[in-house]
Amino acid sequence: MEFLLVLGIPLAGGIALAIFGHRTRAAEINSAFSLLTLVAAISLTLRIVEHGPQLLFDEQIFVDPLNVFLVALTAFVGFTTSLFSRPYMRIEHDHGRLSANRLRLYHSMFQLFTFTMLLALTTNNMGILWVAMEAATLTTVLLVSLYRTAASLEAAWKYFILCGVGIAQALFGTILLYFAAEKVLGHDVALLWTHLDAVKEQLEPTVLSLAFVFLLVGYGTKVGLVPLHNWLPDAHAEGPTPVSAVLSGLLLNVALYAVVRCKVLADGALHSNLAGLLMMGFGLLSVVVASFFLSRQRDIKRLFGYSSIEHMGIVTFAFGMGGPVASFAGLLHMTVHSLTKSAIFFAVGHAAQKCGSQMIEQIRGLIKQSPTIGWGLMLGTLAILGMPPFGVFASEFLILTTAMKQQPWATPILLISLGVAFAAIFGKVQPMVFGEPTAKRLPHKPAMLPVFLHLGLVLMLGLWIPPYLAEWYRQAAKLIG
Amino acid sequence: MSDNLHLAIPLYAQVINLLAAILLLLSFAMLAQRRILSLINLFMAQGMVLFASTAVVAAATDQHHLYWSALITLVLKVFLLPWILHRLIRRLNVKWDVETLINIPTTMMIGLVLVIFSFNLALPISELAGTITRSTLGIAMAAVMLAFLMMITRSKAVPQVIGFLAMENGLFFAATSATYGMPMVVELGIALDVLVGMVILGVFFFQIREQFDSLDIRHMEKLKDD
Repeated sequence: MEFLLVLGIPLAGGIALAIFGHRTRAAEINSAFSLLTLVAAISLTLRIVEHGPQLLFDEQIFVDPLNVFLVALTAFVGFTTSLFSRPYMRIEHDHGRLSANRLRLYHSMFQLFTFTMLLALTTNNMGILWVAMEAATLTTVLLVSLYRTAASLEAAWKYFILCGVGIAQALFGTILLYFAAEKVLGHDVALLWTHLDAVKEQLEPTVLSLAFVFLLVGYGTKVGLVPLHNWLPDAHAEGPTPVSAVLSGLLLNVALYAVVRCKVLADGALHSNLAGLLMMGFGLLSVVVASFFLSRQRDIKRLFGYSSIEHMGIVTFAFGMGGPVASFAGLLHMTVHSLTKSAIFFAVGHAAQKCGSQMIEQIRGLIKQSPTIGWGLMLGTLAILGMPPFGVFASEFLILTTAMKQQPWATPILLISLGVAFAAIFGKVQPMVFGEPTAKRLPHKPAMLPVFLHLGLVLMLGLWIPPYLAEWYRQAAKLIG
Repeated sequence: MSDNLHLAIPLYAQVINLLAAILLLLSFAMLAQRRILSLINLFMAQGMVLFASTAVVAAATDQHHLYWSALITLVLKVFLLPWILHRLIRRLNVKWDVETLINIPTTMMIGLVLVIFSFNLALPISELAGTITRSTLGIAMAAVMLAFLMMITRSKAVPQVIGFLAMENGLFFAATSATYGMPMVVELGIALDVLVGMVILGVFFFQIREQFDSLDIRHMEKLKDD
């Protein structure tokens, strides 16, 4: 029942807002749908925590600790983003950048995007997972080009083509997976993950290794792994800020979740560490390339787009290392990155509106003009850079110490990259927050509650992880292996 | 002896091999084609081949769900998508201009190399396949690679999209030839995604044209890291 609501509410919201999305109250309706989704997700989570993994609807749906934690996170960030987007989109509307019809498109697609992500997370069918990932791209293409400027159209085109090509690779990987599985399982259940997981030792290793390469490249494109990351900074910079927040905070996680599910199967079939090595390689490459690109950015949203590539690289590396501690740290990092990065985008969005530009050099002295936005941005930046006592510090610390034990060669590379990233981001954000003000007043009150709510949670996760949450992470980490 | 071996291949398999060869030929033809209208017609022909091969595999293996996917292929790839594409180019008034970034003979040479590469890649998998159509897996992979090449070497938006759709054709062929097709629910989902993607792209083309007065994606190279 809870489960039907988790998928049904955003779907219904998408349809309803396609009709009413241009009304003045549409933003509140949007938030209401997101809130209902969150409530349903929480009750689903409680049920899973209490009763353990569940198979529903003819085994098509599978909810276990690994994905239910992402379901809760997705619903939560979806809700706070809808809170943020209410004043943000109103201000864009008042500034004349968006018409009422565009707002309708935005609200409807926002809900449908949530729906596709939740479907991708909960489906047990690797084919449906693919379909949902592709649908997630499709729902966001028109959001990236929402402003219809030359740059946003280019970004959306790049996003569509690159992710389309990527996702086609993933489809080929899925076909190969089905091909290997069908011999063992027969036609009907060969794409169901639970069945695949049960017989993963019997799957043909040659086919599975090829399938995993295709799946990693395919879903990796959506994770934003280098060298397939080109769409990510553009899409983040040119789309409306709430879209940047959900792309960074949620979509990347969901794509990485798909990779992790495939890795579990590949590990079982291959009897070698090929999958882990590939993920470590791609992860490390992303961390290095992204941190060195950071210092060249002049657009604040692009800057944090590259920062997302860097952090996704760290998580991919952690999952590649494997083992209970690294997987635990990877899951924790996914959570704190989502929360922190979306909080940063909320603050950046309002800062850019205040200064009328996304260019770093034109945003100055936020702390004098509007202390909440300034502090939000500063604290968020410190958090994402891994300053204690925020949660990112805890997860990065765990990942680094595990790397020292398991993969000592990688530790200096990671440390240097993190140092470079710190210098680049802090050097750019510091004058934005302090320095001489250029900002003006906004026609609507900015939504700063979500920013501090997220940062508060990140702070809490850095100081103290509630026991049930830790247990939940531990269970999920055990599933990843 | 070799004659006997030749005769031992069942008729169905021979027909499917023939269709696979035609598919590969069409992929090369698309790579060489300069006119958008002909490109769409070639895409339609590819759809026909897919429909025929799926129907033959269905008949040969008695897999009923394959008839349905053959039907979906017929409706979607032979009628609906080409119709949408024709409408689009009429409304956008682009007919003659397919410009390539690399000249066509060079592209064909690269294409040949890609085909050899795909055949080698498919070899170990084909040996494992128990299906009557296993020799076609290499061709399916080659079709995917050639479509990918087409996407890279074309500078206009519409041919790029046709390349994208052709890539999906190759993947579909891989699915039928290696595994007798994916489960029905997955195929429906894929078909839905392709259709929705096409509609969104249609909307998108108009946005691009409105903004740039052209569908040349070389206008869209402003976003760079400097």
